[in-house]
Amino acid sequence: MKKIYLDHSATTPVDKNVFKAMLPYFSDCFGNASSIHSFGADALTGTDKAREQVANYLHCGPSEVIFTSGATESDNLAIKGLIGALRERGVEKMHIITSIVEHDAVLEPCMEMVKTGIEVTYLPVKANGAVDAEEVRKAIKDNTVLVSIMWANSEVGAIMPIREIGKIIKKHNERKLKNWNNTRPKERGEKPTPIYFHSDATQAINFVQCDVNWNYVDMLSMSAHKIYGPKGVGAFYVKKGVPIKSLQRGGHQEGNLRSGTYNSSGIVGLGAAIVQLDKKNQEKDNKKVAKMRDLLVSEIEKNIPDAILNTDRKNSTPAHAHYSFPGAEGESVLLALDLEGIAVSTGSACSSGSLKASHVLIAMGIRTEIAHTSIRFTLGKHNTETDIRTVVKKLAPIIKRLRKMNPVYDK
Amino acid sequence: MYSKKVLEHFQNPHNQGKMDDASAVGEDGSQACGDVVKFYLKVKNNIITDVMFETLGCAAAIASSSALTDMVKGKTIDEALKITKNQLIDELGGLPAPKLHCSVLGVDALHKAIENYKDQR
Repeated sequence: MKKIYLDHSATTPVDKNVFKAMLPYFSDCFGNASSIHSFGADALTGTDKAREQVANYLHCGPSEVIFTSGATESDNLAIKGLIGALRERGVEKMHIITSIVEHDAVLEPCMEMVKTGIEVTYLPVKANGAVDAEEVRKAIKDNTVLVSIMWANSEVGAIMPIREIGKIIKKHNERKLKNWNNTRPKERGEKPTPIYFHSDATQAINFVQCDVNWNYVDMLSMSAHKIYGPKGVGAFYVKKGVPIKSLQRGGHQEGNLRSGTYNSSGIVGLGAAIVQLDKKNQEKDNKKVAKMRDLLVSEIEKNIPDAILNTDRKNSTPAHAHYSFPGAEGESVLLALDLEGIAVSTGSACSSGSLKASHVLIAMGIRTEIAHTSIRFTLGKHNTETDIRTVVKKLAPIIKRLRKMNPVYDK
Repeated sequence: MYSKKVLEHFQNPHNQGKMDDASAVGEDGSQACGDVVKFYLKVKNNIITDVMFETLGCAAAIASSSALTDMVKGKTIDEALKITKNQLIDELGGLPAPKLHCSVLGVDALHKAIENYKDQR
């Protein structure tokens, strides 16, 4: 049985070229990139090159790229690191703005901050899963220090208006500073703390040119394994001048911001993966993936009655097709597909361990009983037309069978 | 994650479907929670001669409903009432911890069907 993988939002296979680039850094160039001798220097050459590759893609300086274990660590560093640093500078009563559909790697550090007296505003989303930039403007308070909005949502693939939000924040900061400059030194107090803008771009990097400069982003998180790179490595972009307090102490790597021996093979893999996302290549792959998604959508439309597409194709990554199949519980659909060699994911409660339906779907206004019947297909650059047709061919009878078993589905 | 037995019941559930001439019917669960189980019983001289189920839910909910129908067929209603959640889980070769509530649902629906039968008499 040929297996078909449609869960690229969870992770992607390591690209063959990426793998090739990484190989020398396991046993040949094995040195510690922090060592002064030639072994260390060889490893450092690899990590330096990767740093430039990441910086080129993000359109920032190499010194603004910090290597981490992945987006979760980067998110934690952005939120807890910024708040910690501001606190050390004596800033009090801080306010964070984020959205209700963020990944737990953002939501949980925010909740942790709440326990330390920080106020957090969770913005709602529109029916298509995207944050409205106007909502950010409305939520800004005098003591807001951080806005953290993901670049693309992992479940339904909605793209957030990052540049618009970035502009709103930039203008706000400029106005605030101007007012301060125009106030007499005796009356104006401390220089105002600007609002810093963080974006978890984990799900977007593959499909959108995440230019931090053009989009007015101060901090960005990403993982290599979502872009055909290795697992366990990622990057944290932090603009020069943004205060960050490190979360771990030790070997003083990354300007003391992130201690720990360089994962040189992984870092080289991240660099090799991100190089493949140059604009031309990305556009080509996006087109291919979007075409496959359109095929999936039209095949489902033709073969499965009463299927609800939750992804707004006009405002999403090209890879996402998030569906609800009312009457067929998501985990059952996932498992039945898995027994046919097809991998997808679900926002159903039953798969989550927490037994709660996906917070993203609920935030989009999808009813709980419909959220339980959801399946997320996320396509990749290696999926073929045959893959897609096979998936729908297997999926249609599964949905039919499960609906038939359902005592409350109107057959 | 799931035992072989759970997957077997999930793929080829036993006694699945509607029963038009049931002696009693019992349903438990809610759509908002994602699980609904419905049991149909045919009872003769206090013995469950036939049983069918319909389930909306995850693989564990479907498999536990299916296994439970096998366990109650041919039993007296009192014997059927004595079947515990743990017996059902054992019968399935165990269930992952977060799934334990799914098995309760089948047992509860069965109890409701038996109550429904007793109420009629």
